[in-house]
This record gives sequence, C-alpha cells and structure tokens, in this order.
Amino acid sequence: MLNAGEGFLTSQLDAAIGWARKYSIFQYPFVTACCGMEYMSTACSHYDMDRFGAGFPRFSPRQADVLMVVGTISHKIAPVLKRIHEQMAAPKWVVAFGVCTCTGGFYNNYSTVQGIDTIIPVDLYIPGCPPRPEAVLQGLTMLQDKIQKQGRKG
Amino acid sequence: MTGKEIFEGLKPELGDALLGIEGDGLDAVLSVRQASLRALLEKLKSAGFNMLVDLTCVDYSKFDGKPARFRLTYRLLSLDAEAGLSLGRVALACWVEDLKGPPSARDLWPCADWLEREVWDMFGVGFSDRPDMKRILMYEEFSGHPLRKDYPIAQRQPLIGPTDEKPRERWLESDLRPRLA
Repeated sequence: MLNAGEGFLTSQLDAAIGWARKYSIFQYPFVTACCGMEYMSTACSHYDMDRFGAGFPRFSPRQADVLMVVGTISHKIAPVLKRIHEQMAAPKWVVAFGVCTCTGGFYNNYSTVQGIDTIIPVDLYIPGCPPRPEAVLQGLTMLQDKIQKQGRKG
Repeated sequence: MTGKEIFEGLKPELGDALLGIEGDGLDAVLSVRQASLRALLEKLKSAGFNMLVDLTCVDYSKFDGKPARFRLTYRLLSLDAEAGLSLGRVALACWVEDLKGPPSARDLWPCADWLEREVWDMFGVGFSDRPDMKRILMYEEFSGHPLRKDYPIAQRQPLIGPTDEKPRERWLESDLRPRLA
C-alpha cells in the first residue's frame, strides 16, 4: 500500500477511509422501471445486499453515497435525475443499473436518454435486461474495489 | 350485445352516418362519418355504454387510398358495476385530418379528457371544441408529434444533455477521454 512520495501514515489513512466507506454504502435507489424488481430482490433477504454493507437505502439524496439509477430514464425525467445527483454530498458514486441506463437499451427512440452518462458521470455500469442479482452483487463488489482504491480522493 | 347487433339496431335510425362494420364479435368496429360521430357517441352513452375504455389513433400516411390521414378509434364498454359484468362492447372508428378532429367527448366520459390530450400529443389530431390543447406525456418544450410516421426516428429533443443524433460518440470524444487520462 505504500506509495512513493507519501508517508506510511497517509497511505494507511487512505486505506482505512476507503475500507470504511466501501462497507457503509448508503444508497439512493432512483427506481423508474422494471429493473426495480430486480433491485428489490437483490436488496431483500434472499440475496441480501446487506452482506456487503450496502443494506441501507436512504430516500434523501443528501444522506446518500451511491446513486443507483435503476430503470429507463426519459428525457422528461432527466433534469430531475441531474438535480438529485447535484443534491448528493461528495464523495458520491453513480451506478447505472440495467441496460437502459447504460445505453438506452432497446429504447432507441424520441423519449429515452441514450445512456445516463450523457447527463451525469457514471462510475459503474451493470448491463442486463434486467441484470441478475448475482450481476448486481458483482457490480457492487467492483464498486467497493473502486471506492477502496480512491481512498480520500473521490 | 355484440358490435353486429348494435350496428343492426342503429342502422335504421342513423342511416348513412354508419359507413359499415369491420370484423365480428368483440373485434367489430363500426365505421362512422366524422360529422355524425358525436351524435352516435351520445346515443351509445344513453344506451348504457358508461365507460370509454380507450381512445386512440393510427397514422395511415404510408398507406395509399385511405380517405384521410388519421383514424380515431373509440372503444366503449357497457359495464354493470354492481354485478361486475360486461354487458357489451363496441368500437367506433372515423377518419380525420390533422387538426380537424371531431368534437370532444369529455362531457360524456370525463376520462376522454386525458385520452384526447394523448392523441393530440402523439399524433397532432385536434378536437374541434378544444383550441387550448395541452400535452400530457411529452414535455412542453417538445415540438412535433412523435408517433406520426413522418417524425424522424433519430430526432432527439432532450431537455438537458447532447442534442445531436449520435450523442454517445460525441460525448466520448469531448468529455470522457480527458477525464480518464
């Protein structure tokens, strides 16, 4: 963990902060469509997202760390999503849950945002229509790796 | 009551207002002159068709030999709400041009209000006594009517975000790569 140019204490602090952050994810589920069912399945006891320290959905963006965008985002709701993202306090991460949020999915039409990365920055993409709970949990652990590596940054 | 029975019952009374009947049984659609649509709806409402199930529209502009560009369809249900029984169904259809639709049916069935707004929003078919029509699904800033066949399939009118027809490629070049570097 030692980085050149950084002291032992600093790098250990980074590791500790990363560790604390990745196992205490407060998520904001921005659920707009059918992916929400898969999200609920993952969050509830059968798959139990709480095993990974992410079992606490907050329904206020001001208290959340991870914005999970679950389901199709239309152009009409896009300004709302952007505003929710702006309301979240840093450090914050964004997960694009399902193929609609990644690319627009099969909704290549007048009403659908072609990937939420056209309006807000995205840290992790979980493809699938909808993604299986296993894929969501894999995505979550990948996000935790990212949070760990970021340390105090991010 | 099937569509055919209703058609036979109304035929002597309305004469040439009814153009014909298409299909049979529950699928039967009575074809109606636009000018007499309103009178027919009133008659059916008083005959017990107390529910407007759907009001929708189809754009036939890519078809040849049609009397007009759009075809409106009203689907009515006679519902005995206490017994939970359907007493009969009927569909009416009439051909209309862009902004010269029939009079509104919202005084007969209040739900027609939103359905007519949807038809206007998606197809641009107006109703003659509703000059101040408001969109219901699309946002105010949207221009055009997206379910018309001549609405360009790749046209995007986002409220925020990139506006060109290839948003992702442009985004990648301008924003993402410097951020990753």
